[in-house]
Formats: sequence, structure tokens, C-alpha cells
Amino acid sequence: MIRLVNISKQFDGTEAVKNINLHISKNEFLTMLGPSGCGKTTTLRMIGGFEYPTTGEIIFDGVNINALPPYKRKVNTVFQKYALFPHLNVYDNIAFGLHIKKVEKKTIDEKVGRMLELVSLSGYERRSVYSLSGGQQQRIAIARALINEPEVLLLDEPLGALDLKLRKDMQLELKAMQKQLGITFIYVTHDQEEALTMSDTVVVMNRGRIQQTGTPEAIYNEPINAFVAGFIGESNIVEGIMHGDFHVEFAGKHVECSDQGFAAQEVVDVVIRPEDLKMVEPADGLFTGVVKSVTFKGVHYEMIVAAHGIDWMIHSTRMRPAGMNVGLKVVPFDIHIMKKVMEE
Amino acid sequence: MKKTWAAWPYVFWMVIFTVIPLFLLLYFSFTVKDGSTVAFSFANFQRLFEPVYFKVLFRSLVLAGISTFFCLFLGYPVAFILAGRSFRRKNTMILLLVLPMWMNFLLRTYAWLTLLERKGLINTVLVHLGLQPLNLLYNDFAVTLGMVYNFIPFMILPIYSVMSKIDRSLVEAAEDLGANPLAVFWRVTFPLSLPGVLSGITMVFMPAVTTFVISRLLGGGQYTLIGNLIEQQFLTVGDWNFGSAISVLMMLIILVSMAFTSRYEKEQEGSGLW
Repeated sequence: MIRLVNISKQFDGTEAVKNINLHISKNEFLTMLGPSGCGKTTTLRMIGGFEYPTTGEIIFDGVNINALPPYKRKVNTVFQKYALFPHLNVYDNIAFGLHIKKVEKKTIDEKVGRMLELVSLSGYERRSVYSLSGGQQQRIAIARALINEPEVLLLDEPLGALDLKLRKDMQLELKAMQKQLGITFIYVTHDQEEALTMSDTVVVMNRGRIQQTGTPEAIYNEPINAFVAGFIGESNIVEGIMHGDFHVEFAGKHVECSDQGFAAQEVVDVVIRPEDLKMVEPADGLFTGVVKSVTFKGVHYEMIVAAHGIDWMIHSTRMRPAGMNVGLKVVPFDIHIMKKVMEE
Repeated sequence: MKKTWAAWPYVFWMVIFTVIPLFLLLYFSFTVKDGSTVAFSFANFQRLFEPVYFKVLFRSLVLAGISTFFCLFLGYPVAFILAGRSFRRKNTMILLLVLPMWMNFLLRTYAWLTLLERKGLINTVLVHLGLQPLNLLYNDFAVTLGMVYNFIPFMILPIYSVMSKIDRSLVEAAEDLGANPLAVFWRVTFPLSLPGVLSGITMVFMPAVTTFVISRLLGGGQYTLIGNLIEQQFLTVGDWNFGSAISVLMMLIILVSMAFTSRYEKEQEGSGLW
């Protein structure tokens, strides 16, 4: 439905987005995920029409829309800080798009009513937007965008300003809405959990480039490089050397692993998820080390174990007290070998 | 810890230069002098309703109104362009706008005399072009021109200040919802700039109603506005009591108009220049 072909964007000489290629299909919930300044918002704004790409093409249903101004595009946006019109009440905010299109008053009434129902704010028509809480303003912003029946809805960190509980509720609501309405959602966030929870497809970005595109499961279980692994969930990332297929050396140990196809002696990143490191008796461990600190995290404990000059992060439901000697073990399948990310 | 003593110089200043003169004004306006005796009276205010003075007041309000309208009409687009994000030489332009205000008010107004005179620059050019010289001075046109010229920065600056604070994302949101640039302006930018317009109108209308320099210089000696009337009473006629009464009336008019605008501004929850 939307294709980005070799898109780049420069702002006064600095490149915010570098050669992005992306395909977004109909009814997809696609999330662009990355740290601030990674180019995800710029990419979204180019789809919305607020920025024009320096090079490359934006194709919408087969047509190049590079130079089309925002008001001619069949997409609507939910802005980061909602951008509700302060001089209009809730009704007029939601009806804004329909007023522009000169829709009949009766139809507008009907549609605004239905939208307010959708975002469970019926009866708020005459309220000033100032009198609403952050979560309510958020819903109005969503209603204002959805009433135009866009084919694509762009959401720019829409839940960023909400507290944790509300954010979780809204995540589920948004996902439900997207399924119910059958609209393509393009969602921008820096919150990896949000991305994993809601998306059909996650696009991980860093420094203006797409690092990896895939389902949430694929991104989490098979991160393509150390950046993705570090950004999605928590990871222990150490440097290692491949001595051949299924044979890696890291932290001074030669270990069997499940990866192959690297050059001999290639320097790689070794990624191990904190929950994949098991604590055993010192004698049984691959490494031995000392527990440095213990933090209670609710479902599990987070422990830092110093071994072979590296601080390993371990998530476990069994607590070992600080100062205790432990052994660390990991099965070959859980050792992820990644090519070094090229720094530029 | 409250350092109330720190406010004393200001209190002192206010009393000497604001409170006492105000009371003097009220005192004079409600009294008449008969030889050496002073008596309380409403006579000064009754005189205000004589047709002559009423006409002067009416004319002052109309001229100030026209000037304010032109300031708005010319100033709004300037403020709009200045606040636009594509406009690069913003600071230079604002400096150019403010620069004439650093010059003496009288001098600036005198300068127009030499331009508008019968044998002034404009008419000389017209004659050279083989056209009839125009009567440019000592009429409504000259006075209005003088007011617009002198007061237009007070219209542009508050509108500019409010407009440049309008959140860019609101404009984007409107575009996103299908509004073309014209619709964005009428439905978003203009309504949100109204507090600035209101400040501007107040800041232009008030000095325009009370000015006496502009009407004196550009309107000629015969041209009487309410400001001239007050000046005359104090400096020429020497009737301080009547002069005070006119001043009190002026203050009332200004107070009422300010009450209206400040109430409106509160409703808008916007921020003016003050």
C-alpha cells in the first residue's frame, strides 16, 4: 500500500534518514522503533507530508506522492502532544476535518457521536479541551483523525505523555481499534515493549537507518545485530572471535554455539539474554563469578555477576545473595552471534 | 521573609506621581472657581454635553477608530509574514519597525509636514509629472496618516508576538485534516491570533483617541480633537476645572474599553502583550 524507496532526508547538511526502503501493507500495524534522533519521526512526517524527502520516492497505492501536500493525502496523524485546537471544543475538534469537507451538519453530528462512542467519551461534546485529562485528550486526538476515515493512520509516540497504567490500557485499545476498523497503522515509539505488544511488524531504526524489519517475535528472538539486541529487551553483549562454524571464543572461553558462516577469526558481538544465563553450582558453570548486586524487579530478580572481567546481567526467579560464588551456564542455542555494527 | 520595605520607594513614587495627580484631577473636575471661592459642582461635566464638545469627542473617536482600522488592516499581514517560519530576516525587519520609535515623536511627525506640504516633496513630484498638486495637509487624511504611521508598531508587535507563539503542530494538524493554506488561516491561525489583535487595537486606539500633537501638526491649528481640547483648557484658556473634567471622561472611556478587552482575553485564555 505504501512503499518507501531509497528515501533520504537531510536537514541543513545533516542526514536524518539514510536510504530507507520499506513496504507497508494494507491493514498492517507497523511500528517504527528506535532511540530519539534515529529518524523514525522524520520518516513518519514524510509519509504525512510535513517533510519532503531529499531523495527517494514515496509510493501510495502505486502513485508517487512525494510532492503532495498533507491536506491532499489520504492519511491522518495523531500528534505527539495531541495538537488539539485550543479555541474549539471537543465536538468542533473532532468535526474539524468534516467541516473542511463541508459535510452536512446531520452527518457530522452522527459521525462525531459515533467517534466519541468509539473512544468512550460520549457526552463530552461541549467540553473545552483544557478540561480534559491527558488520556482523554489523547482519545479526542485519535477520534479527530479517525473520523476522516483515513486509509492510513500515523501515530507519533501518541502514548508518550501518559502514565504507565493508562498507557497499557491504551495500547490494547489502539490495537483493538485497528483490528476493528481495518486501517493501516504506522506507529512511532521508542518504547520497545509497546512495539512488541501492538505490532504486526516492527522496524528497528538507528542513526537514520533501518536495522531490522520483522515480526515482534523475530526481532526479539533473532536480532540481527548487537544494536537491535540491546534495544529490544535487555542483553549481555560482549566481544568474541569466531574460530570456525559453531565455535566462538569470548571472555577467555571457547564455547560451542549454534551459528555458522562467519569468516575465520572474525570479531563478532556475542549476545546473551539475561534470562538465558543460568546460575548453577560454581563447579558446574561455564564461568564462575561473584554476585555483585541484586535488584528485585517484581516478577524476577536482576542480578549482576562479575565473571572474567565482565559484569553479566542475569534475570532469575531464584535469588542469590550478593557476595555469593556462582557458576554461569548457557546452552549453545541461546548464544547469539552477530556481525559487528559498522560505526560511521 | 517578606521584605515589605523594598516596596516603599515604589509606593512613594506611585503616590507622588500617580495617586496625588489623579485626586487633583478629580478635585478640579468636580469644582468650579468663582473668584476666590471654590465650590463643589457638576457644571464641568454638564458642559461636556454641549454639542460643540460632543462633536469633538465624536470626531476623536471616529478618527481614532479609522486609524485603528488601518493599523490593523496594514499591520496584520505584516505580523503574519513576520511570524511565518519561512521568513529569514525576521530580526532585521523587527528592528526596522521599532527603529523609528527611537526617534523623537515630534520630529517624526514634523517630517511628514515637509512631505505633505503644498510645496512639499510629494506635490513637487506631482507638479513635475504635470499633475495638479493635492491638498494633503490639514485634513482628516493627514491626521489619520500621522496616527497610522506613529502607532502601527503597536499593532504589529502584539499580533506578531501572539502569532509566533502559535504551536506549529496546530497548523500541521489542520493541514493533516484536509485544510488547505487558506482554510488553515481562517480556521486556526486567525482565531488563535485574536488576543494579539485585541492587544493591538487597545494599544493603538488609546493613544490615538488622546493624541494632540498629531492633530495639531498635521491637522493645522483649527483642527480640534479631544486631546487638543484638554491641552487648550490647561495651557491656553486656563480653565483647569473643565480640562480635568474632559480628562476624567477620557479615562472613563479608556477604562471601559480596557475592561471589555481584558474580559474577552480571559475567555480566550490567550496571552496578549501584557
